[in-house]
Amino acid sequence: MKYRENSARRKDDNTVKSVIKGTGYILVHTPDMVLHNGTTQTTERIVNPDGEYLKELPKHIRTYEEALSYWPNQVYIGNKTPQELAAVEQPWYDKTCDMNDRFGRFGQIMPQEEFILLMQACDVFELIYLDKDFVAAHKGELAANPLIDETIMARINEGVDKAEVERLVKEEHSEGLYNKGVLVGAVNRAHDIDTNLSAHVMLENIVSKASSVLSLLAAVHNAGIAKSEVEYVVDCCEEACGDMNQRGGGNFAKAAAEIAGLTGATGSDCRGFCAGPSHAIVEAAALVAAGAYKTVVVTAGGCTAKLGMNGKDHVKKGMPILEDCLGGFAVVITQNDGVNPEINLDILGRHTVGTGSAPQAVISSLVTDPLDRAGLKVTDVDKFSPEMQNPDITKPAGAGDVPLANYKMIAALSVKRGDIQRADMMKFIAEHGMTGWAPTQGHIPSGVPCLGFVRDNMLKGNIHRVMVIGKGSLFLGRMTNLFDGVSFMVEANDGKKEEAGVSEDAVKSLIAKAMKDFANTLLAQEEKK
Amino acid sequence: MDLENQKRVKEFAEKYGPENVVVLLGASEGEASGLAAETVTNGDPTYAGPLTGVQLGLKVYHVCEPEIKKEFDPEVYDKNVGMMEMVLDVDDISNEMKPIRDQYCKF
Repeated sequence: MKYRENSARRKDDNTVKSVIKGTGYILVHTPDMVLHNGTTQTTERIVNPDGEYLKELPKHIRTYEEALSYWPNQVYIGNKTPQELAAVEQPWYDKTCDMNDRFGRFGQIMPQEEFILLMQACDVFELIYLDKDFVAAHKGELAANPLIDETIMARINEGVDKAEVERLVKEEHSEGLYNKGVLVGAVNRAHDIDTNLSAHVMLENIVSKASSVLSLLAAVHNAGIAKSEVEYVVDCCEEACGDMNQRGGGNFAKAAAEIAGLTGATGSDCRGFCAGPSHAIVEAAALVAAGAYKTVVVTAGGCTAKLGMNGKDHVKKGMPILEDCLGGFAVVITQNDGVNPEINLDILGRHTVGTGSAPQAVISSLVTDPLDRAGLKVTDVDKFSPEMQNPDITKPAGAGDVPLANYKMIAALSVKRGDIQRADMMKFIAEHGMTGWAPTQGHIPSGVPCLGFVRDNMLKGNIHRVMVIGKGSLFLGRMTNLFDGVSFMVEANDGKKEEAGVSEDAVKSLIAKAMKDFANTLLAQEEKK
Repeated sequence: MDLENQKRVKEFAEKYGPENVVVLLGASEGEASGLAAETVTNGDPTYAGPLTGVQLGLKVYHVCEPEIKKEFDPEVYDKNVGMMEMVLDVDDISNEMKPIRDQYCKF
């Protein structure tokens, strides 16, 4: 694989680069939230409460141990690689992975009990009331979590009587928190009238916040930086927080940074549906490259609404519920250190207002146009990382293999352009693609799950160039029918650290040397005469 | 087929007359295409939407099917569908669509 020299494609060699210093990838196994908070299930309870699906569903819920032994989950947290997963015959849900550690290279798979306590730690408005027996039984488990320190544990209170929890759910419109089928807590509404502060919304938002906190802690730990070094956090999940007067006011980023102990950071939220993470990483890289901030972390928590989204198809086909985990991720981006992989802001793809919605136009704008602008061929990119949804989840639901569909489109466009031969399409896909592994948590699988592996492989010198592609379905918000997406390139570091510019001393010494050489030349000419 | 689209198809059929409506699909594979085709001809087979038990019998095609492809300006078709034609399993889709049309189309 030919690797282009930096100078051949950089517009401006003095640009400060940004690098990926570390990543965090977490899952939270939340089986009870599937039933109580996943919208497929909550909708079914309204339109068809006595139907077969809701009766069958509880029999298809996996245990924590089963979730740990599930191949794609072990890949997500970095204990197995996408290449190892590709060698396992599909489907994967009926196989036991030979690795089932809850802790992985990039993060962990947290059990529901610990997460409910973490949610309470993230609640700073006294909205969450937990059964004190539940707290007593599981507090030690959260305290033992290597990422959770005393400042977080100090936010957990002792809890209340079970009867009070039951009363809140029955009489105060509170959302129940359940564990193994038992009511263990309540999330209160934050306002008596404002629907934007309903118990339902508060639960969803606190879940997003708590899983983002865990992701931040994992990434900062993995990056080997002090918490105080983080200057800015960008949240890119798909939730909104606010009240009736500012419904999406936001700042999940600052809220999570507070709990994670990032005392030197402020932040803001970046929204773009599933393309959010890619937009956020470009933003973070640009902030660092411009010198605005030295260390920026992009983060996103998970989504209860999407739990069990394809449950009906899974149950119908006798499968377990595979969408039983929340997903979260975080990426630490810092100034070029001459070592870590760089985010090359000269090679960016954008789906613009004028691009149009034809698949060909979309893939051109995101993949081939930025490559053309950089003078690169499709085959110059080692790996492409588009939507990396786990096919175990999507195939039985009639949505096909999403990463494969993306790779087929990239390959097909390459054939149309003459970059590859039609006969080599499948070979191209095998060499430049990856098997999907990420949970269907919206923004979570979109492009970014690969960054931990990309960093590892670039540091080892195995690969040099990876294109990350994020795509978003904006029509869901009913504001525009336009599609959206951005792409960015991650490249192995060329080892050169930026100089701020040539120093004044260096200039003086260069001039002195030039004058000395000139004087010597004059002398030599004099002597010749 | 999602509930919103079922509602729209039903409204168009009522407004313009079912004999004047052709449904054109762009689904990514056979099973999804077949489900949508059945929904606008013989009624929603999942009994979830407004077309449950409603047999519109509409003409329905997938945009990759040869009968429809020949209706397009070849350049326009190539620009908009050409790439996806290489990606989709067109035979699989045709094999799903044709029997449904043969069985349930009224026009």
